[in-house]
Amino acid sequence: MKNKTHFALMDEGSKKEIRRATLKAVAIPGYQVPFASREMPIARGWGTGGLQLTLSIIGKEDVLKVIDQGADESVNAVNIKKLVHHTTGVETTTETEDATIIQSRHRIPEVPVTEKQIIVLQVPIPEPLRLVEPSEMKTKQLHGEKEYSGAWLMLFEQIMKYGKTATYADHPVFVHDRYVMAPSPIPRFDNIKMNDSKALILLGAGREKKIYAVPPYTKVTSLAFEDYAMEVESFAGKHCSLCHSTDVFLDELVNEETNVTYYQCNDTSNCLATLNEKEKVVEVGIGNA
Amino acid sequence: MHDKPILHVVNLKKQYGPGCAVCSHNHEVALEKNRCPECGTVFACNDLSFDVYPGEILGVVGESGSGKSTMMKCLYFDEEVSSGEAYISCYEEGETNVFQESSQKLRHIRNTILGMVYQNPVLGLKMDFSSVGNIAEKMIAAGDRNVNRMENRSKVLLEHVHIPIARMKDEPKKFSGGMQQRVQIAKALSNHPPILLLDEVTTGLDLSVQASVLDLIKTIQQELGISMIVVSHDLAVIRMLADRTMVMLDGRIIEQGLTDQILENPQHAYTQQLVYSLI
Repeated sequence: MKNKTHFALMDEGSKKEIRRATLKAVAIPGYQVPFASREMPIARGWGTGGLQLTLSIIGKEDVLKVIDQGADESVNAVNIKKLVHHTTGVETTTETEDATIIQSRHRIPEVPVTEKQIIVLQVPIPEPLRLVEPSEMKTKQLHGEKEYSGAWLMLFEQIMKYGKTATYADHPVFVHDRYVMAPSPIPRFDNIKMNDSKALILLGAGREKKIYAVPPYTKVTSLAFEDYAMEVESFAGKHCSLCHSTDVFLDELVNEETNVTYYQCNDTSNCLATLNEKEKVVEVGIGNA
Repeated sequence: MHDKPILHVVNLKKQYGPGCAVCSHNHEVALEKNRCPECGTVFACNDLSFDVYPGEILGVVGESGSGKSTMMKCLYFDEEVSSGEAYISCYEEGETNVFQESSQKLRHIRNTILGMVYQNPVLGLKMDFSSVGNIAEKMIAAGDRNVNRMENRSKVLLEHVHIPIARMKDEPKKFSGGMQQRVQIAKALSNHPPILLLDEVTTGLDLSVQASVLDLIKTIQQELGISMIVVSHDLAVIRMLADRTMVMLDGRIIEQGLTDQILENPQHAYTQQLVYSLI
């Protein structure tokens, strides 16, 4: 493909409009800013919100990393990376440390992010109250009045039914003690990383036409009752079958031949880095011997 | 009655439509029932003024379309009034016209001072959430964040309205109409509201269930001393429950007084017709 398209695919007017919405979102942490979601060369629901954010903020000096459920090599992540590279010429990477923009679906990387990085999260349903209130007009009013009984009620129902809060992902958070926000379907394990994050976190919902943000060093707390704390997914006693890490988010897998359950790092680039690190230690050990 | 009224309503008006020169000035002459023939504006509630005293039940009767339910919706802030004032003695010393308050404050009043039971349970309950969740919703809205406390209070309330605890986690959609109505009552009572609004609570229920719901309301009033406004088009219900009654027609109060007085000695032609049409 020849690099004749507009820089970052969209025309300047579109990018400006998205950047204006983004600035507003940063100014009002957790507030969902409507924007005119553009047609993208991928289908809505496949990360168009994240892609538009990435394309509107990316510059020639940036380095992009795209992950999909923790993986750098999945089809969706690879295609988004290729598209951005073809239309901007920017470098792409799988190393979290090297990236300046990290577009992600459903994970925040294991490696701690820095002030120089921006995390862009893809969001399917930006409205945390949608399940209890189908009307957009009403949910806007509820946010305006800081009336979040609906979000609490959903958690209360889960406790009544299952004896604990049962949000497997997308556990609602309070941002800056003001807005209740859907953190996108990241596991509860990652909710904690949003609090006081060094990196700017931008969230984009292309289908629902909303942009919202968590600026760096903002207080983000998960909703929890006095007598039922929010519990992070626990992997106690389990480890990654490849790199043997224990303090990371693990995927549960089943060996189809032996039917044995095993675990593997969800963040593939972190897993690889850990393995390489071990390899080095072994090589150094051999060299010294 | 030397007590200060717990709820004092002055000239509550709710109109649908812009109004015109004809109907804005001389209502009595201009209106056809409650509608202005010139501009089509409907005056659902027309200058309603009344008081509710602590611990009493005020009955409201009238034919359908007389503005009973609209009045209740205005009092529960589901509908915005066109004009008028209301003072609640336990809110800011009864000095503030609550109709002028911000929607945030109205929500606070709703969640702490008022309880509402709608004629149609669909309006008052979330049919897909558990009964205990429905009751807890009001407590959550009033700021409670303790699951055990809310669960225990819900259990007490459900017992009070004779719903078996074993079914507390069932959704109201799995309940009969009478049970749904009782869950609504339990929900309305959850925050110990001093004022309870009941809109046609027994309409559409069979006689035995009607009797038990009425019994329940009477017990609640006697035990908890809650003030209530009970809307019904059924005079038997009003006779059983209400200390005082007001009669509405075409958006106006045409007669009010002690219930016995109104039923035994109706003054207004419409009330007479209403009382004598009792089978």
